[in-house]
Amino acid sequence: MKHLLSINDLSRDESILILDTAAELARISDGPMKKLPTLRGRTIVNLFAEDSTRTRISFEAAAKRLSADVINFSAKGSSLSKGESLKDTAQTLQAMGADAVVIRHPASGAPFRLADNQWMSGAVINAGDGTHEHPSQALLDAYTIRKHLGKGAKDLAGLRVAIVGDILHSRVARSNVLLLTKLGAHVTLVAPPTLLPFGVDSWPVIISYDLDSVIPQVDAIMMLRIQQERMHEIFFPSAREYSRYFGLNRDRINALNPNAIIMHPGPMNRGLEITADAADSARSVIVEQVSNGVSVRMAILYLLLGGAPIEGGIN
Amino acid sequence: MKTVLPAPDISRAIVRIAHEILERYDGADSITLLGIPTRGAHLATRIAAAINAIEGGQVAVGTLDTTMHRDDLRTRSPKALLPTLIPTAGVEGRHVVLVDDVLFSGRTIRAALDALGEIGRPTSVSLAVLVDRGHRELPIKADFVGKNIPTSRSEIIKVNLVEVDGTDEVTIAEGGVK
Repeated sequence: MKHLLSINDLSRDESILILDTAAELARISDGPMKKLPTLRGRTIVNLFAEDSTRTRISFEAAAKRLSADVINFSAKGSSLSKGESLKDTAQTLQAMGADAVVIRHPASGAPFRLADNQWMSGAVINAGDGTHEHPSQALLDAYTIRKHLGKGAKDLAGLRVAIVGDILHSRVARSNVLLLTKLGAHVTLVAPPTLLPFGVDSWPVIISYDLDSVIPQVDAIMMLRIQQERMHEIFFPSAREYSRYFGLNRDRINALNPNAIIMHPGPMNRGLEITADAADSARSVIVEQVSNGVSVRMAILYLLLGGAPIEGGIN
Repeated sequence: MKTVLPAPDISRAIVRIAHEILERYDGADSITLLGIPTRGAHLATRIAAAINAIEGGQVAVGTLDTTMHRDDLRTRSPKALLPTLIPTAGVEGRHVVLVDDVLFSGRTIRAALDALGEIGRPTSVSLAVLVDRGHRELPIKADFVGKNIPTSRSEIIKVNLVEVDGTDEVTIAEGGVK
């Protein structure tokens, strides 16, 4: 691999290699070796043209634990806000000798432009592009599911995962559908019809409009954020109605399987898609997802940058 | 391909190394064996078993992966990580014996010393290897050696262990440039 742009770039074995590497790195970092010298002298640029807390900090922590130099670059306070084009930004980064660029961008496909156009020679890692993909989030979700429910298996064969909420605008959902099904899980999407994307019936998933009938049948339930910033139309009559039909609350938690886990990619709208007691319940692995994110991103950075420079695209 | 160390010789070498380690450190209490995966880890387990058979008791044994500390990472494609399992007693104040199958350039051991330095400060570090084949590229020397096998650089030494390869033997073969 040279870039990580989409889950489609990864074979099943490569995905499992990332999860295994992350598991080993988590074990080392939990123990005595907090810092590894592996990427010493490499420069990683975090190019965030859209707001982010978790992903940016997580990539930064991962890069620093591997001893890479990190340059943070956000839209606010940079020439991006003066209207500099992506190409000019990329060429600037290239001139500064960036070995990798972690990019978050409101436009779907921006990381592909960066990677495909020979604008820069470094690795490009998609940290969320518009409503398209967010591969590192899917990898950390798969890692979290495997850790809790995998019973030592390498993949997620036979596990049932529900993804609930704003599928239409969710890059997390797209990447997760690709990855979880690649790893053998059965995915059910639960959403009001207005929040399902066009063509969803051709995805390898089951679609349901009734959360209560899905809840008792899953091993993991992933709640998605209602993305107010992308809601330019009215997709449901009221927030209260949405929460009543599609929110995770105490009654629905009680209907879950005893071993089922509750996930959310963050940031949460407490009281909308998830109630506070659901978010903070013992079943919730939401905080753990964040710490797993660091290990998974360390694995991604190590596997992309740790070895010999690769010419061209995917090996 | 020629067998240079058949199974009985490997067993004898392991028992002898176990005796030498015990003699050097005056018993097993302060020793921590750390094998370098994959085959070094199995050898460490076997040396530990031999020490336990001699002394009774349980000598501390673990594994130490050197992948993330190698200086040749950028010359090859990234490798999957192997387990690092440090015994609960840690390495602080212990006599750590690193165990590997073949000592060649010495670069793995340098990486192991760096990795060990991240974990703590052992009282001492020594090195046990099954085969020393020469051609050091760094000032590193083994303290406990199963067998010195003079080789040319192009020859390939292969240590086979039952746990991994289904058989115990060390072979030497003519090879390309390594």
